[in-house]
Amino acid sequence: MEKEILFQIPSLYRDDFRIRGYRFGQGKKALCVVGSMRGNEYQQIYTCSQLVARLKELEGRGLLKEDQEILVIPSLNPSSMNIEKRFWPTDNSDINRMFPGYSLGETTQRIAAGVFGQIKDFENGIQFASFYMPGKFSPHVRMMKTGYENVEKAREFGLPYIVLRVPKPYDTTTLNYNWQIWETNAFSLYGAATDTIDEESARRLIDGILRFLASEGILKEGAQADPPRESRVFTDRELLAVRSRKSGILKSLVGVEVKVAQGQLLGYLLDTGEGRRIEELYAPLDGTVFFAHSKPLVYANTAVFKLLAGEEPFRGER
Amino acid sequence: MMMTVACLPLPVDETLEIKKNRFCPGNGGNGRRISVVTGIHGDELEGQLVCFQVAKRIRENPERLLGTVDLYPAINPLGIDSVTRGIPGFDLDMNRTFPGAMEGSLTEHLAACVVQDLVGSDLCLDIHASNIYLTEIPQIRINELHREKLMPLAMEANVDLIWVHGANTVLESTLAHSMNSLGVPTLVVEMGVGMRLTPAYADQLTQGIFHLMERLRIWKEEEIPVRTPVVSEDPDEVTYLNAPVSGIFQKKKNHGEHLKKGDEVGIVLNPYTGEVLTSMTAPGDGWLFTIREYPVVDEGSLIARILREPPGCAG
Ligand SMILES: [Zn+2]
Repeated sequence: MEKEILFQIPSLYRDDFRIRGYRFGQGKKALCVVGSMRGNEYQQIYTCSQLVARLKELEGRGLLKEDQEILVIPSLNPSSMNIEKRFWPTDNSDINRMFPGYSLGETTQRIAAGVFGQIKDFENGIQFASFYMPGKFSPHVRMMKTGYENVEKAREFGLPYIVLRVPKPYDTTTLNYNWQIWETNAFSLYGAATDTIDEESARRLIDGILRFLASEGILKEGAQADPPRESRVFTDRELLAVRSRKSGILKSLVGVEVKVAQGQLLGYLLDTGEGRRIEELYAPLDGTVFFAHSKPLVYANTAVFKLLAGEEPFRGER
Repeated sequence: MMMTVACLPLPVDETLEIKKNRFCPGNGGNGRRISVVTGIHGDELEGQLVCFQVAKRIRENPERLLGTVDLYPAINPLGIDSVTRGIPGFDLDMNRTFPGAMEGSLTEHLAACVVQDLVGSDLCLDIHASNIYLTEIPQIRINELHREKLMPLAMEANVDLIWVHGANTVLESTLAHSMNSLGVPTLVVEMGVGMRLTPAYADQLTQGIFHLMERLRIWKEEEIPVRTPVVSEDPDEVTYLNAPVSGIFQKKKNHGEHLKKGDEVGIVLNPYTGEVLTSMTAPGDGWLFTIREYPVVDEGSLIARILREPPGCAG
């Protein structure tokens, strides 16, 4: 493993801004993995750092192919994470809205350009992503429907779900979208948490990446990777949102990946003054909880749960 | 007449409301309508003074009002009240949420209510104040997609500059893009600087608004004079200066000044050592229409925008 600095900006009053990469193997640019881009993406940096540890161990045992290059970048944004701020410290801009970047532009455009220049030629790209609403997801691979998406390859992770997202206007400046445009197979991996750490979810995503490496022939024979599993593929529009009509304290009765029956009570809202139930949230159909809101308070109109209808072929990974 | 545009309960004993004030003549007026919108970005306050002045002038001269004037001073009330640019709690730029969705999340719902309420206006002005970093001369920014419809209106708005920019997918989620796509002509005004009021600019734009109202037969007044703006349509005419190093920026020129090639626009300092780290100069003759106000800069921070001028036209 080579530890290197991929991009750097000197600062007057803080330490230099540094983006660090961990490189395994040399030769064909096989896979790049990006962890956190925002200062609250703790689960993402954690998962990435655990992946580095896992790859280092495999490398030590001689199980990584030496002619296949893997680059892991746990954080594109140490400056924000170190001060517990989500976006860029000085101007609050979001690095994941700056791709492909511009090397003569504003600071975060320069960061995006500096990094993208070094990662755009990889055959496969993985980003540990987060959602703008606080909540937990079933582990899944998400891809934008740009026409370049490679669903068959996404199956190699063996995660329960593959979600296809129809890009919205602002998606065109994300890393995932630009990777796809530059002909990298781009995958966003979502897990259970963002601003807390969930071991189980990190482990499942890392196992998924090892399955992917095995299918891609980047692991040598003898490296233990679980056999691939069936993923269910759907578009994000197929998810059914269960929304709050009121605001209050949320009590959830079910978590992600739980199967629920039509009419089942999923959770309820409490009045913040008197503690009484003011709203009950029921499952409108038989399905599986794909997303669950995770903050104590909910606003009115919040998608508290997102359900996936019907039976899924996936069977207990745990 | 105070009216509610959107209304949602917050968790702890508070209601989030977006309100507008509607002015119309006693007889209901001629049905023509102008909407003046501001405060999408909670840290941009220049529009507050404009709304105040428009309201005041109508109250003082009610007999001149022929149509409807809707004033929306606080599209993002939680942001304005908490010195937050975006929507607090979501860390989301409200001007990236349009056209929204009635059945969507809180932010999408608010955006959809605003759009629905503005439909039917003959003209909408969305007043911004740059951000806390940059000062802008009064200008209107037009997406080239809507150039034909908006240019004649923008010419009458008493601003100094009309800047036509290229279509950009990201800007499709702005209020102005949504409204223009729905057929409501919407002008985006940028002027002054975030977190401050510039009374002279408020006066200037207020004058432009009454001139437009007179043109739209919403207001009855003898000819209200307006200035002729500079129009920039060629992206190559605009030069951007970005800080080459991190440090403390001190401006040496003010916005609106005409520059000669080589004029020092500002410097980046190192307070530890007393060194000037860099001096930033005009790459050619031009008009400084944006200048950095906020002193702390990172490498890459925007310092200035300069509109190219042929030599000798400075005045
Ligand atoms: Zn603004």
